[in-house]
Amino acid sequence: MARVLIRGGRVIDPAVDRDEMADVLIEDGHVVAVDAALDARDAEVVDASGCWVTPGFIDLHAHLREPGQEYKEDIASGGSAGAAGGFTSICCMANTDPVNDDPAVTEYILDRARHDSPVKILPIAAATKGLEGRVMTEMAALVEAGAVAFSDDGRTIMDSDMQRRVLEYSKMVGRPVSVHAEDLTLVRDGVVNEGPVSTRLGLPGNPSAAETINVSRDIHLAEITGGHLHIGHVSTAGAVALIREARVRGIHVTGEVTPHHLALTDAETMGYDTNTKMAPPLRSAADVAACIGGLADGTLDAIATDHAPHAVHEKEVEFTEAPPGVLGLETALPVVLGLVRDRHLSEAQLIASLTCNAARVFHLETGRLTRGAPGDVAVIDPERRWTYDPTKGYSKSRNSPWAGQEMIGRVVTTLVDGQVVYHVDRGVLRP
Amino acid sequence: MMGRGLLGIEDLGREDIELILDTADHMKEIGERDVKKVPTLRGRTIINLFFEPSTRTRTSFEIAGKRLSADVVNFSPSDSSLSKSESILDTAKTLDAMDPDAVVVRHRVAGVPKRIADVLDAPVINAGDGAHEHPTQALLDLMTVVENKGRIDGLTVTIVGDIAHSRVARSNVYAFTKMGAEVRVAGPPTMMPVEVECLGVKAFTSLREALDGADVVMALRIQRERLAGSMLPSVREYSASFGIDRAKLRFAKDDAIVMHPGPVNRGVELSHDLTDHRPSVILDQVRNGVAMRMAVLYLLAGRKRSRTEEAS
Repeated sequence: MARVLIRGGRVIDPAVDRDEMADVLIEDGHVVAVDAALDARDAEVVDASGCWVTPGFIDLHAHLREPGQEYKEDIASGGSAGAAGGFTSICCMANTDPVNDDPAVTEYILDRARHDSPVKILPIAAATKGLEGRVMTEMAALVEAGAVAFSDDGRTIMDSDMQRRVLEYSKMVGRPVSVHAEDLTLVRDGVVNEGPVSTRLGLPGNPSAAETINVSRDIHLAEITGGHLHIGHVSTAGAVALIREARVRGIHVTGEVTPHHLALTDAETMGYDTNTKMAPPLRSAADVAACIGGLADGTLDAIATDHAPHAVHEKEVEFTEAPPGVLGLETALPVVLGLVRDRHLSEAQLIASLTCNAARVFHLETGRLTRGAPGDVAVIDPERRWTYDPTKGYSKSRNSPWAGQEMIGRVVTTLVDGQVVYHVDRGVLRP
Repeated sequence: MMGRGLLGIEDLGREDIELILDTADHMKEIGERDVKKVPTLRGRTIINLFFEPSTRTRTSFEIAGKRLSADVVNFSPSDSSLSKSESILDTAKTLDAMDPDAVVVRHRVAGVPKRIADVLDAPVINAGDGAHEHPTQALLDLMTVVENKGRIDGLTVTIVGDIAHSRVARSNVYAFTKMGAEVRVAGPPTMMPVEVECLGVKAFTSLREALDGADVVMALRIQRERLAGSMLPSVREYSASFGIDRAKLRFAKDDAIVMHPGPVNRGVELSHDLTDHRPSVILDQVRNGVAMRMAVLYLLAGRKRSRTEEAS
C-alpha cells in the first residue's frame, strides 16, 4: 500500500473551508486523512513546512499543440510545464491539427497523455467540425471518449443560430460550451486594445465592445436554451458586468480569467513586444480592476492560463503578423499571488479559483483534499523568490511577457494521484 | 535621445528638436551651392531599408546621404509577410553584419523600426512605420513653418484628413505641440483615432471651426483604398466636407500657409489651384526634406563609431 504523507504545511482547501496547519495522508492515490500530526509509518514523507498545501490546480484553458504543432509544444512538454506550475489537470483546447472534433483524436490525446504527461490531460473537443462553425461535432461520442467540454475557442461561432444549437445540444451530454467571446466582424484586424495605447502606437484597435457584444449574445442564447455557457478569458469590465447580471437572473453562465488579464494592462504593449500580444488583448487598468473584482465576488469562477505556446520565429515578426498568445502554466501562480499580496483576494479565494471552483465548472472530481478525493496536490512556497527564464522552463516555447522577471512564490512539489511528479530541486519526474 | 537613432518625435525633447532644426539650416546652405556636396560622411555607409515602396522619401534620404558623401545603398526586400521569405529581424541582422553607420527603415507595420533598432548596433532612422510615426516628415514640416512664420511657439496648426491612419499626423502632433503650437485635428469621425485627445490635440468634425484662426493648414493624403470602404461614403462627400480650396481657406487666418506631405490627390484633399500656388508651400517642404535628412544623417551616422570602438 503506497502511502505519502505531506507533513507540516498550511492546508488550504477551500472546497471544505479548511485553512489550518495539518498533514495530508494519501494512500493508493487517494486522500485518506487531513489532520494534525498524522502517523507517518511506512509513508514517503513530503516536507511542507513553511508552505501551503493545496489541491492541485486545474487549468480550464490551455493549448498543448499536439497533435500537429509539436514544434510549439506537445503533451509531454506542456504536461511538464503544468506540473512545474502546480497544475495537476490541464484541459486542452481543440485547435490541434487535426482538430479534436472526432473521438479518435480525443482518444489519441488521452493515450499520449497516459504515456507522456506527468499530469492529467482533459481534452476539450471542438463544438463544430473543423472549427468551421457549420456542422456540430458528435458530442455524445466525444464525451464517451473523454471530452470534458466543447469549444471552438478563437474560431468564435459567429452564426448565432449555430451557437444556439451547440448550447442546446450540449445539454444532452451535460457538458459546458466554452467560448472565445469576440465579435470577429468588429475585431477585424485589431491587435491591441482600442484606446489611447492603440492611438499612440498606430496599431489597429480591438474595441472592448467586441467582447461585450458576443458575451451579451451568448448569454441571451444560454437563457433561451438552458445550456451551460462558459466564457473563456474574460478581459473587459463590460463582460464582467454582463456575467454578474446574468447570474443574478439564474442563467447558467460561468467565467474564467487569465493571469495576464489580471496582472497586465495594454501599456505593456508600448514597446511593440509581440509577447504582449494576446487575444483578447491586454486591456485598460479599469478592465483589469473589474476582472479582479469579478474574481473576488465570484462572478468569475476560475483562473485559467490560456497557455498558448508559439515558436520564437513565429513571434519575431511584425506586430500585426505575430500569432496572439503567451505561455502561462509555469508563471500563473506567482503572477496571481500578487492579488493576495495586494489584498484583492484572500488566500482561500485565490486557491478556490485554481481548484474547486474550476473543478465545478467542468464537473471534475478533483480540486479538493477531502477523504476519497484523488491525491492531486500542490505544495507552494508563497515567499520564494526566483527569476523566470523561459529558456530553462519546461515549455518548448518562450513567448512570455514575464521573461527575465523576478517572481515571488513558487510551486515546490506537485503530486498527481499521490505520486510526486515535480519537485523544485529535482525537476519533473516522469511517470 | 538622438544617440540611439530616430524612431519617433514622441521620444524627443525640445532641445533635441532645436538641435536638429539648427543643423538642418546649415545643411540647407549646402544644397544651394553649385557643387552640392561636402565630405562630412565620407567613408560612412547608409542603408535605406524600405520594406514598403516609397519613391519620394527614399530618394530624399538618398540625395541627403550623397550630398554628405556617404555611400548610400538602397535595399527593398519584398514584404516579408507576403512572400514568407526572410524575417524582418533576420534581414536587419544580415545588413547590420555589413557594418552600416545608419539604417533608414520604412515598413507598412507600426513598430518595425523599433524592433529592428532593438537588435541592431547601427542607429536606426524611422522613415515611416504604419500609422505610427514619420519623424523626418514632421521635422521638415517644422523647418518649413519656421521659414515661413519665423516661429512655432503660439501658432495654431490644423491637420485635416485621415488622422487615424496617418503617421504624418502623429509625428506632427508631437512635433508642433512640443515646440509650443496649438494643434487641432479635423476629419470625419471614422478617420479619427480613439481618444485622440490623449495626444494633446483638440479634435473637430467641422472644418470651419477647425480652421478658425489657424496659421498653418496641413492636408493629409487620403488613401484611395479607404475611400470605397467603411470609412467614407464617397470621394465627393469627403472633398466637399474636408477638401481644402481657396473658399474654405478663408476660415483660417489671412496669412495662413497650406502644407501637404505629398503626393497630393488633386481635387480631393487639396484643390488643383492650391496645390500649385501660394499660400501652399508643398515644394518648400520637399526642398527642406533633403536638408532635414542631411541633418539627421549627420547627427546619427557621423558620430564616433560603434560601442566596440568605444570599448577598445
